Amino acid sequence: MVWFRFKKNKLAMIGLVLLLIMVAAILAAPLFVDEKAVSAQKIMNRFQKPGGAHIFGTDQFGRDLFARIIYGGRISLFAGLAVVCISFIVGCSLGGAAGYFGGLVDTVIMRVVDMLMAIPAMLLSMAVVAALGPGVDKLIIALSIAQIPRFTRVVRASILSLRNQEFVEAAKCCGTNSARIILKHILPNGMGPVIVSATLTLGQVIINIASLGFLGIGVSSPTPEWGTILSENKINIRYYPYLGIIPGICIGLSVMAVNFIGDGLRDALDPRTKN
Amino acid sequence: MTTPLIETKGLKKYFNTPGGSLHAVDNVDLKISSGETLGVVGESGCGKSTLGRTILRLVDATAGEVLYDGQNILNFSQQQMRDVRMNMQMIFQDPFTSLNPRLSVGEIIADPIEVSRTVRGRREIREKVRELMDVCGLPERYVNTYPHELDGGRRQRIGMARALALNPKFIVCDEPVSALDVSIQAQILNLLMDLQQSKGLSYMFITHNLCVVRHISNRIMVMYMGNVVEVASRDDLFSHPTHPYTKALLSAIPTTDLSRRNSARQILKGEVANPVDPKPGCRFNPRCPYATKSCQEQQTLKEIASGHYVACSVFAG
Repeated sequence: MVWFRFKKNKLAMIGLVLLLIMVAAILAAPLFVDEKAVSAQKIMNRFQKPGGAHIFGTDQFGRDLFARIIYGGRISLFAGLAVVCISFIVGCSLGGAAGYFGGLVDTVIMRVVDMLMAIPAMLLSMAVVAALGPGVDKLIIALSIAQIPRFTRVVRASILSLRNQEFVEAAKCCGTNSARIILKHILPNGMGPVIVSATLTLGQVIINIASLGFLGIGVSSPTPEWGTILSENKINIRYYPYLGIIPGICIGLSVMAVNFIGDGLRDALDPRTKN
Repeated sequence: MTTPLIETKGLKKYFNTPGGSLHAVDNVDLKISSGETLGVVGESGCGKSTLGRTILRLVDATAGEVLYDGQNILNFSQQQMRDVRMNMQMIFQDPFTSLNPRLSVGEIIADPIEVSRTVRGRREIREKVRELMDVCGLPERYVNTYPHELDGGRRQRIGMARALALNPKFIVCDEPVSALDVSIQAQILNLLMDLQQSKGLSYMFITHNLCVVRHISNRIMVMYMGNVVEVASRDDLFSHPTHPYTKALLSAIPTTDLSRRNSARQILKGEVANPVDPKPGCRFNPRCPYATKSCQEQQTLKEIASGHYVACSVFAG
């Protein structure tokens, strides 16, 4: 039913197809690009314009931009999606519990969340990476922790507005347990703003990964990643704009695709929207 | 005398507010036998709905007892409560907020069945849903529609089908018709009465509509600011209202009788007193035209005729 409604939404389908193409290209990368090309430097070949042997051109060290983008997507896109998923799930459970039970549970959860929010997200991720050590998995954990507060607050707010609705009381009336009430009756009704918030977060997470890479924490050069590619080329962007435009387009396209999917999902999940 | 199906003893529900404790339900004793309808009337905010919700344990009582078949359910564990809940259901006031907008009609009615596991198997549940829809006068073709596609009367029928899904013995009807058009109100009331006859249900019927309560109730309980002021059989209450508040309430019913056209209405002065930390004594006395000194004392329900109880020191002496 949800899929049937989702399918009718053209933008959402475009987003989905776009994201699938990107994911497929990134996964299939070893088939058509040699992994060595990612960091192989050829100074003679530096700043080649897109087209010809190097479809996306080369950077200041003569590295093939296409190879770097396509392998960089493994970190940018997959780590980004993983961070959004993790913080979405954790934020939903924390915010759900806080909003539904109220009282002490709410106070404890929200004060911890406030504490996390008081620290700038970037500093917090840096601190966590510093504590856990380097590695993509640690990076995902660090960024997730930084994003959880935002989800917790959004989910809690939408649950607070729903938990005293009569259909929730009706469910309590027939002895439904709290988990089922939250999952079946409350969350589906409060998902709209949360999904929108989640899709917007992806773009920010990709930028955050880049910022951490730029600071030398998390993923560092020469391992490619879209944000890192952007930042290491920023001094040359003025004369060789394609070095900034191409990774920028990649980030933009993936964020846009996820946004379309999110909007489509939100509408498809709500039987009240006309189609 | 047999044990009543539902009985409350000294039931209290106080809400803690910044200004003090709000006495929403105070010392309510009531009895509902099986197959009976108790109408509960009173103005907005007098604690009718809170009383219904406290009996069903949707809000926790502050003090007192709720007896179901002679057992105090306020002490029941969650496990025990689950069994009792199958026998006690509720029909809600607003058919627009009482149905989950994300679920189809079939899913809404099937939800209590799935939770209680009284019927197992997908086909059996679908069969039961179809049967419930039929009983409540919902055409089968609505099973896959969503609540927002239906009108108020049909939505209220869904609410009734959901309440009946567990074969309850007792249903709290919290103003089930006040959000509906008059023509639909009659249909829903008649359906409620038919169901009562065929299934032997007991109702606690909460409303502020006196015509509705007269139509459906066997006995009527009048509440004012969390207290019961008068309980009597329907005919007794309408022919011999005794408490000054009941009198005022009944005189507010619009009439089409031309001979009574110019007769004076008893219009209450002032407003409902603040229910936060109320003074002892009759809560109605600041507005009561007959108030005396004895009204400052605690009032209890006294039987003035068989089955007719009044809490008033002036009229029930």
